[in-house]
Amino acid sequence: MKEELDLDPEFDLALALELERYELFADPRYNFTFNRRQFLKVFTGGIALLVPMSNLLAQQEQGESGRGRMDQRVPNDIGAWIYFDEKGEIAVYTGKVELGQNIRTSLAQVVAEELHVPVQMIRMVMADTDLTPFDMGTFGSRSIPFMAPQLRKAAAAARETLMALAAEQLKVAPADLRIVNARFVNGDASKSLSFREVTQGRKLVKEIPADVAITPVKDWTIAGQSVPKVGARDFVTGVHSYTSDLKRAGMLLGRVVRPPALNSTLVSADTKAAEAIRGVNIVRDGDFIGLAAPDPQVLARAEKAIAVHWKTPAQPGAAQLFEQLKRESSPSRGGGRPVGSIADGMAAADKKLSQSYTVAYIAHAPLEPRAAVAEWNNNKLTVWTGTQRPFGVRSELAEAFHIPETHVRVIVPDTGSGYGGKHTGECAIEAARLARASGKPVKLVWTREEEFTWAYFRPAGVIEVSSGVKNDGTVTAWEFHNYNSGASAIQSKYAFPNQNIQFHSSKSPLRQGSYRGLAATANHFAREVHMDELAQLVGMDAVEFRLKNTQDQRLKAVLEAAAKSFGWGAKRQPGRGAGIACGFEKGSYIATAAEVSVDPKTKKVKLERIVASFECGAIVNPVHLHNQVEGAVVQAIGGALFETIDFQNGQILTAKFSRYRVPRFSDMAPIEIVLLDRKDLPSAGAGETPIVGLAPAVSSAIFEATGQRLRALPLVPTLS
Amino acid sequence: MANITSLNVNGRKLPVNVDSQTSLLTVLRDFLSFMGTKYGCGESQCGACTVLVDGQMTRSCTMPVGKVASKQITTIEGLEKDGKLHPLQEAFIEADAMQCGYCTSGMIMAGVALLKKNPKPSRAEIVKHMDRNMCRCGTYLRIVKAIEIASGTSKEVRK
Repeated sequence: MKEELDLDPEFDLALALELERYELFADPRYNFTFNRRQFLKVFTGGIALLVPMSNLLAQQEQGESGRGRMDQRVPNDIGAWIYFDEKGEIAVYTGKVELGQNIRTSLAQVVAEELHVPVQMIRMVMADTDLTPFDMGTFGSRSIPFMAPQLRKAAAAARETLMALAAEQLKVAPADLRIVNARFVNGDASKSLSFREVTQGRKLVKEIPADVAITPVKDWTIAGQSVPKVGARDFVTGVHSYTSDLKRAGMLLGRVVRPPALNSTLVSADTKAAEAIRGVNIVRDGDFIGLAAPDPQVLARAEKAIAVHWKTPAQPGAAQLFEQLKRESSPSRGGGRPVGSIADGMAAADKKLSQSYTVAYIAHAPLEPRAAVAEWNNNKLTVWTGTQRPFGVRSELAEAFHIPETHVRVIVPDTGSGYGGKHTGECAIEAARLARASGKPVKLVWTREEEFTWAYFRPAGVIEVSSGVKNDGTVTAWEFHNYNSGASAIQSKYAFPNQNIQFHSSKSPLRQGSYRGLAATANHFAREVHMDELAQLVGMDAVEFRLKNTQDQRLKAVLEAAAKSFGWGAKRQPGRGAGIACGFEKGSYIATAAEVSVDPKTKKVKLERIVASFECGAIVNPVHLHNQVEGAVVQAIGGALFETIDFQNGQILTAKFSRYRVPRFSDMAPIEIVLLDRKDLPSAGAGETPIVGLAPAVSSAIFEATGQRLRALPLVPTLS
Repeated sequence: MANITSLNVNGRKLPVNVDSQTSLLTVLRDFLSFMGTKYGCGESQCGACTVLVDGQMTRSCTMPVGKVASKQITTIEGLEKDGKLHPLQEAFIEADAMQCGYCTSGMIMAGVALLKKNPKPSRAEIVKHMDRNMCRCGTYLRIVKAIEIASGTSKEVRK
């Protein structure tokens, strides 16, 4: 994994390893009975275990210009490539997934920039394990910092190669050529060639030279512009086909019979009556019971006809959660080496403060639930599914069915969002199991209740902070312990002279995993609320206090920009309050200011306005960056004010939108986004970091409005 | 239980044979292949399944098809006329009022229903009407802007 080696020094180890992506390390949910007969079918009878040459590679070898080579058995050999076919069409192959972050557009832009052609000429081929090179997954804000530079280099190298070929054909010096309107044109415009005229009849595969020069950001004309979303028309006309919209010939619809609670085991099942219904296929394999039928009416009838008994153990509920997370925690699983001495720092302090903060489990609730269409063809499996990790899901499928990865193809249609919630392949495996038993393609779409119950959650956590501060506002000691929620952004850009920061893993009663920003939200919440409390303790302004405790110029810049746009320090109406918070994660900086009003009787919190200032280096697409930052802020409103998973005895009590409150139109306040464009810095990702600032800012705003210091997410003022 | 034998969708009478209690959403998607209308929750909470029934905003996931069998149903596929998008569809593109796009069909249908009965809605009226439509990507402010663009109450375009 080459991209791992290119980590910017700003990125810490936690980013590289992302330990808290628990779902990636969990045991597989299913382990189906090993089927020797099928296994032998795969491995004997003259079946070559090589992936057949894909069309792409075959065409490349037949003779095109381009670069790259493909070997799926050594999948991380090459990260992406650009392919020019003999018709002069340009296609970019990347394993990245489009789920609303508009990476399809941004990556096309950086390639178009280097090739000096319009964005419309670039076709992005994404997230198909047979066609695109290996990619770890679309998470961790990695596409722009890691994938975009690779594609820029590939495109620049391709341009130089094509230029040289065109020059040869035209008998001019390469330096005399430019690309104008997708043609290679010489200095006096007397000679020109199209892309097709250069690529036709060629047979050339090249690798990017290490020293290829890319266009400096200041010279960008296509990248850096607000190019509209690629394929936008298909989304507004309903034409775009998500996984859940796909149909295959003879396809059945699937359902999984779920137990009434988590961690249940199957006692008995009577499926005879259901099996008697025409067209219905029932699968029983271990604790898995599923069915497939040709239409939803038959499916529903068959499901009703199945009688199942499950055994569910007693399990702790939400009421005991935080106590349990602390009790079951490990001494430490990372966070960083202590700096200085906490004892010395405390001794030097004028005032001390110890507080505890909590964050609830929350759900991603992507509007498109998990969905998969699975189809078997001579022991080869193709699955269309909305996942952020197509190659990871391919491995899961290969493992579940005891077949080589070369016999599994995972294709990800542009997906109805994920937010870190679609890393795993449960639904794909279930659909594939049903399809294998039925001998027909099967589509399985999880219900909203299934999505809320059988996926995974953002980890809940307890964070304890003890600190010391001088009356002049200098923080002298900082002890920070995060129990269970994770280590992301547990370190900060504050210059605390004495600090001890630790993450303690714990035993989570619910299945937990990645979520947009991971624990950066929890750690920023605890840190920034605590900073606010310290500022209050020494009677200092919240912005001034933060500026005093950091030397990081980029952090200062976003904080000052947010404060300025917000009008920080202006007098507020009675019953209102304002708060501000700032932070850094995954190469980008955020500061968020919020003003709230709190109803004196009901204590209902209303957001009055929000300012978020964000800096992620050089901006690739301003409108989509704006949209992304705004979306993160809006999503943050849910975690800050309402979202919480309630559970008892393995039952998720909030498994519907009518019981799980997410942000709506009426929750919106005016949101001002201030984007700082640093053309001198490499572009970082933007999908996650803007989510972290809102909750602490709102907590501080509620404090100013009511005097209540809320240290638990979601923030709910008490009535008394 | 009685079955229904046809449904009027986007100006065409289509044969279908389903139990009248089946949800309109299921009939549209699984029997008639109008896949632009989405499933999001099954309890009229998210609006992804919004269609028009005789011009009225309707959540198809909880609407028994028997109740609308004789009515005119319009789905997202029925908005485009002679290759020309509905002004609200154009406005969604202009305002970049989507990210993943999964809520977009329902948002546009809800917005079209609003503009039919109230061609110049105020911002408060837009919010009230649209409040049962969910966008998990958080593009609400852009959707409000798109409706304002389509209604002519906004001249400024978000960039």
